Amino acid sequence: MIIQSIRNPQVAMIETRPEEYRVEEDTILDVRVLVGRPLHTRLLRALVPFCGAAFTALAQPAAPLSPTNIFAPVSTPAKWILDLSILVLIVTGAIFTLVFGLLVYAAVKFRKRRVSEACEPAQVYGSTQLELAWTVVPILIVVVLFLTAARVIASIQGARPAGDAIEVTVIGHQFWWEYRYPSQKVVTANELHIPVSDAAHRTPTILHLLSADTDHSFWVPRLAGKTDLIPNHPNTMWVEPHETGLYLGQCAQYCGTQHAKMLLRVYVQTRAEFDRWIQRQSQPAQPAGTVSEGQRTFERTSCINCHTVSGTAADGTFGPDLTHLMSRDTIGSGIAANTPENLRRWIRDPSVFKPGCKMPAMGLSDPEVNAVTQYLETLR
Amino acid sequence: MGVPSITIPQDNVPWNPIARGPVGMWGLIAAESAIFTIFVVAYIFYIGKSATGPQPRDVLRVPILFTICLWSSSLTIHSAVRCLRRGRVRNFALWWFLTIVLGAAFLGGTLREWRHLIYDEGLTIQTNLFGTTFYSLVGLHAFHVTVGLLGLATVLLFALLGHVSGRDVERVNVLSMYWHFVDAVWVVVFTVVYIIGR
Amino acid sequence: MATSETLPLSDMSPMPLVERLHQWVTTVDHKRLGIMYIAYALLLLVIGGVEATIMRIQLIRPHNDFVSPQVFNRMFTMHGTTMIFFVAMPVLFGFANYLVPLMIGTRDMAFPRLNAFSFWMTAFGGLLLYFSFLGGDGLYGAGNAPDVGWWAYAPLTSPAFSPGHSTDFWTLSLLVSGIGSIGVAINIIATVLCLRCPGMTLGKMPLLPWMNLVMAGLVVLCVSPLTAAQLMLVVDRYLGGHFFDTQAGGSAVIWMHFFWIFGHPEVYVLVLPAFGFVSEIVPVFSRKTIFGYPIMVGATIGIGFISMSVWAHHMFTVGMDAVGNGFFVLTTMAIAVPTGIKIFNWLATMWGGQIQYKTPMLFCVAFLFQFLIAGLTGIMLGAAPFDWQLSGSYFVIAHFHYVIVGGILFALFGAFYYWFPKMSGRMYNEALGKLHFVLFFIGFHLTFDFMHIPGLLGMPRRIYTYEPGRGWDVWNLIVTIGVFFQAAGVLVFIGNLLWSLRSGPMAGSDPWDAWTLEWSTTSPPQAYNFASVPEVRSRRPLWDLKHPEDPDWQYE
Repeated sequence: MIIQSIRNPQVAMIETRPEEYRVEEDTILDVRVLVGRPLHTRLLRALVPFCGAAFTALAQPAAPLSPTNIFAPVSTPAKWILDLSILVLIVTGAIFTLVFGLLVYAAVKFRKRRVSEACEPAQVYGSTQLELAWTVVPILIVVVLFLTAARVIASIQGARPAGDAIEVTVIGHQFWWEYRYPSQKVVTANELHIPVSDAAHRTPTILHLLSADTDHSFWVPRLAGKTDLIPNHPNTMWVEPHETGLYLGQCAQYCGTQHAKMLLRVYVQTRAEFDRWIQRQSQPAQPAGTVSEGQRTFERTSCINCHTVSGTAADGTFGPDLTHLMSRDTIGSGIAANTPENLRRWIRDPSVFKPGCKMPAMGLSDPEVNAVTQYLETLR
Repeated sequence: MGVPSITIPQDNVPWNPIARGPVGMWGLIAAESAIFTIFVVAYIFYIGKSATGPQPRDVLRVPILFTICLWSSSLTIHSAVRCLRRGRVRNFALWWFLTIVLGAAFLGGTLREWRHLIYDEGLTIQTNLFGTTFYSLVGLHAFHVTVGLLGLATVLLFALLGHVSGRDVERVNVLSMYWHFVDAVWVVVFTVVYIIGR
Repeated sequence: MATSETLPLSDMSPMPLVERLHQWVTTVDHKRLGIMYIAYALLLLVIGGVEATIMRIQLIRPHNDFVSPQVFNRMFTMHGTTMIFFVAMPVLFGFANYLVPLMIGTRDMAFPRLNAFSFWMTAFGGLLLYFSFLGGDGLYGAGNAPDVGWWAYAPLTSPAFSPGHSTDFWTLSLLVSGIGSIGVAINIIATVLCLRCPGMTLGKMPLLPWMNLVMAGLVVLCVSPLTAAQLMLVVDRYLGGHFFDTQAGGSAVIWMHFFWIFGHPEVYVLVLPAFGFVSEIVPVFSRKTIFGYPIMVGATIGIGFISMSVWAHHMFTVGMDAVGNGFFVLTTMAIAVPTGIKIFNWLATMWGGQIQYKTPMLFCVAFLFQFLIAGLTGIMLGAAPFDWQLSGSYFVIAHFHYVIVGGILFALFGAFYYWFPKMSGRMYNEALGKLHFVLFFIGFHLTFDFMHIPGLLGMPRRIYTYEPGRGWDVWNLIVTIGVFFQAAGVLVFIGNLLWSLRSGPMAGSDPWDAWTLEWSTTSPPQAYNFASVPEVRSRRPLWDLKHPEDPDWQYE
């Protein structure tokens, strides 16, 4: 599956075999979507993860069925989890095959025959050897699984930050993501940019997870397992992606009405691109020559109570930082492409996109909406 | 014609079923213990975590007197049941009444303590984590004492009206088990709140 | 067997309706209360099923707008709450109520009036929960029905994030029904420990009362923590307390601990009676005694104890340290051992038997297959790092529905068909029973097999819609299609029940040629159950009577 942003075509793709795809325009996201394989191939490939160990033989890590496939990791913790899960799937698959086979055999072989046996079959009350065997063997399996899982837990949770780790503070809100880079003094929202890590010079990213209101959970399957954002209970997780690209996910802990549309977009960039992005994000908003009509409206109505535009009077923190709004592909935490038309519709009434989100319709007139949109369009 | 009775000849094994009253009461005690355990765990978890407001060591005074009242009420109720087992209903009623008095004294002491905490120290259930957990735990226990007192008072009323005799000793005993449980809970609550938590 | 002198339920002598209703409303008879529990649960099963259908229609394609997010969120909350507390628990309590006294040879439960009180508390709790639909914005807006998920995580339930009364309906209705549950549990414990007929030591008691005994112990110890947590929530919401108020230093995680200390043993509360049904039905239709009775009892008690130590496997993602996570991986894996043992024992019971595939047995064999799979996906989830991916996803939903529907509900259907002749005096229609099985089996597998896949592809739970292009679309479609097969199966089931109640052939006391004491009573049993107190010498008293040359007590 490939998602190619029309706005920023250089944003890296997920690699696939293009000849098997057809091109579709996705009207919401304004992106060119190369839609996947014909249905029968998709079905066939989808049955594979359902069949445990067979999957690893058939699947190619570079061609996921889905941008959020847990079996297509690109980052160290996700890869360790995949390795563990393959072992678990093999073991449980073997147990399933054995017991299922015995059950089918028993269910078929020991049916009552037409020639009704007048007497009951032999009554067997138990067998100590058998019962001992099927107690001891499961205990051994349990011990092996526990030790393997414990080792992966220790690796992931006990990992020391290697090399030049980037630290990001992620603050979950109803229903958007705030990202702060304390060392780089950057504050942004909803689209997380991190550098790719290579084996020679490792640059993992450490995410400190906080919440401003209810519980959330950060889940980008191809990068790592999920970790919750719980108010008054800071958590930490780390990712170490090895391939550039855009990785998707969404909030995975029910947090209220619009939990479903609290999407995650993680842009893994080369070090150079990341540094450029940081550089641009740490600038305040470029002051225009004169204060525009839109900026005046923005500052006069309650916008500045919730939003920050650094370098201006707007310093609210309830809603996303808008200083570099135009550097983002999407608005509304990933649910709509960042186009002027969508921005207008959002400002006029956010509940058109996200009924129940925390931004109210501000009751602006059409000229006011247009002016504010034009002003926001200058926030690059 | 009925259904044939199921009797399978066997050696004469003596069959002594257990009485259901005490088993039922043990079930209730187990359930209530689980509830109290959760409140105690919450109390312990939040010790020292109140950022503002009165702290335990500033405002709590160890309630020795009314604790002794409650614990000695266990002795009096035990005596009451023993009297009833011997059929001495009047003595039973006296010891039972004394139990009620001691239990009421405990409740009175709790109320006095709370009045002091609320009006003099400014500690309410809303004040801070200590306030919330303290009033909830001690209040839950006081509620159980109250319910117990109501039960005891009912039995006392029946005794005074002449409806209680030696034959009722098992049922009265079941109620006394509840009372002992309430006392045992106070051992835990007292220790956690006034000794460990301070 | 002797012909029954008791008329089946449908042929009761014509008393005025008011009097008949009054008898039912004021009854303390365990059989009538059992039937009321079961009927109540069936009604709520249909309602909970409608809630699920609404959700599945909404999710049939991405960006669907069949219902609003507010309504959807109320649907999944009500579906979960209804199914756990007002379907599964009542129906299992109902069967326990009906069967336990009969199987241990006694006249009624230990505390008949407490029994009635418990039923009415539970029933009232359900009414209170559903009354929430009528408050607030009225019916289409789904009123004030709770929308915080059936776990009601803090601080979403705090007054700041849940203004209005929807959370309170959740809290209070469960507080009330929790009291009912604890009452039933105390009753079951006292009945089993105190009222067994002479000769029936605990080692000679059939497995169904054993499973219900351990279940009752779990209820007593583990429903109470939920009650405690809910009391704390009420203090927070109404008295300004701070138990879960994170702004004041309270802890959201401690709610999770308290909830799951209840929540995990709760699922064993649900599954143990299902094990009881299977342990009675599989031997009878395999014509063999249960294999390994002592270890079945031991494994059950083991499950009871271990189940109280696994709860935080629902919290692997909240940020416990490695030691904490490791501990819960160990206990979760450990509980697989006694559970697996039971599957092997049932398998060994079938082995060498003469299996008759009547409807109850069909459902129980399906139970064995499905519970095996459910247990294995449970082991996968028990490996914490794997759970870091799969927690909170559709994989988990598939797993627990596999247990509850594929396991418990299938066993329940088996139990319905098996004991229906005893309860009603009439035999159900076997062809319709098999049709129910086929429809429901197909629907169950369409829905819950394929539901694992979106989870593996990253679809979280409790979302009212999803983005296209994530590879989830076709699976959601298949999952939704399965719902209609299941609905058809349930309709056939209800039709069969109603039709057979009116016009089914007389069943007699012992249509299955079974071995436990309830089959020695009339169908339905007399109010007093047994004309004279039974005396038993083995686990299968009727086998001893039918096979005097080869009685069980020579081998046990």
